[in-house]
Amino acid sequence: MPRVTFVAHDGTQREVDAPVGESVMRAAVLNNVPGIDADCGGECACATCHVYVDEAWLGKLAAPSEMEASMLAFVDGSQPNSRLSCQIKATAELDGLVVNLPKSQH
Amino acid sequence: MNAPPAIDHAALAENMPLDEINVSDPKIYQQDVWMHYFRRLRRDAPVHYCKDSPIGPFWSVTKYKDIVATEVNHKVFSSSSALGGITLRDRPAELELPMFIAMDPPRHDDQRKIVQPIVSPANLENFSGLIRSRIARTLDSLPRGEVFDWVDRVSIELTGQMLATLFDFPFEDRRKLTYWSDVATTDLANPDRLIESEEEREKVFGECLAYFMRLWNERVNAKEPGGDLISMLAHGQATRDMSPREYLGNVVLLIVGGNDTTRNSMSGSVWFFDQNPQEYAKLRANPALLESAVPEIIRYQTPLSYMRRTALADAEIGGRKIRKGDKIAMWYISGNRDEDVIEDPDRFIIDRPRPRQHLSFGFGIHRCVGNRLGELQLKILWEEILARDLKIEVVAPPKRLFSSFVHGITQLQVRIQP
Repeated sequence: MPRVTFVAHDGTQREVDAPVGESVMRAAVLNNVPGIDADCGGECACATCHVYVDEAWLGKLAAPSEMEASMLAFVDGSQPNSRLSCQIKATAELDGLVVNLPKSQH
Repeated sequence: MNAPPAIDHAALAENMPLDEINVSDPKIYQQDVWMHYFRRLRRDAPVHYCKDSPIGPFWSVTKYKDIVATEVNHKVFSSSSALGGITLRDRPAELELPMFIAMDPPRHDDQRKIVQPIVSPANLENFSGLIRSRIARTLDSLPRGEVFDWVDRVSIELTGQMLATLFDFPFEDRRKLTYWSDVATTDLANPDRLIESEEEREKVFGECLAYFMRLWNERVNAKEPGGDLISMLAHGQATRDMSPREYLGNVVLLIVGGNDTTRNSMSGSVWFFDQNPQEYAKLRANPALLESAVPEIIRYQTPLSYMRRTALADAEIGGRKIRKGDKIAMWYISGNRDEDVIEDPDRFIIDRPRPRQHLSFGFGIHRCVGNRLGELQLKILWEEILARDLKIEVVAPPKRLFSSFVHGITQLQVRIQP
């Protein structure tokens, strides 16, 4: 099963299983990783599952949809490697994915 | 004089023909009986067409998931003020009030980005000390052992002060902001209305605009642009060339959005804890529960009952065919009581497992800009109430606003035990 590492703002790391087909957000919520609020439950509609994808992995992700790009445009501290983790599906290819969490979801 | 016999709204809502249900009737909110009608609609007609009402025909979306699906589909379901905007009553074209909540992309996005930094995490951190000291002062000034109106003395006062700070608005005139906000949302059918006509509303808007134009002119020429909302609008690329009408619209939006909503959650919270002493006992024993109590207050109050959209094309919601041009109300107040998504939704429970799962802020690109500021104010208010261990006793049920849009409490008589 793919493994995903969440790096909190203070540097704390958590590595969790992310079942293939599940979103990275779900993997965080199922494993009680702090720092992912996911208010809308994965509808790409609240931007409270914001993560910064580790540069080494950026090229392996499908580009954000138009809706995700719209939501990311309103995120505080949005950067080119910003993504909504509810829109990243775990795949075998993403085994080892590293994402960094913002200080807070806003 | 004999009081008219009380209507059993629970029975009425169960038995009346579906096509006669009109959830846009402001009276059902003033009388606090709206929940019966929505319970029926969620079960029997979750996407409901009301073909005849004083505001014309409209669709009601009442289930949580259908509301989210409608809201994220902003390409089909427009917010544009040119089509009627975000409230059900259409206004004559000459009274159109453009504001970014009532715009579609890309204009919406450009304007929203100008004001959004006012509620950045860094700004909220800066505000929190000020909010706490004001709340402390307000609570300490309240009478003990005497009945007073919590809405006026606390909810309006605190949100008015906050708004004045956000606009850098003359502090002594802050009640004007409350007045303009109330005028903007007044339903003209309200027996206690503040104004008599659209003409009068326009006249008050004119006074509001004149006041805000003066502040704009002061700030547009400032060498160092201030960090307040007016300076942001006056200097922002997407807003600095707005027409006066559009400036007025955005000011009204920020006043209503920053005022009415938090005000009514502050009032509602006192009522909810009064009615649910076991929940207050939990909070008193464990103040850390405020983290989940605050979103639960906001769910349970649902300060704005709905938002409207207008269909730009034929579409489908929850299996019903919507025609181009149809008006649609997404009833947050109903979705927040949807038993398929929220367990035991009619109960106020401060330690729910997923308290932030609610519709009160909306979802998608129009999601409430100030949501974290509203939460912060509520959180600090209750932290300071707990720190003083105030025993707030509600002495009469709340008086409620005649409005299907603003879910408001106009008066809440309380006494703080000495």
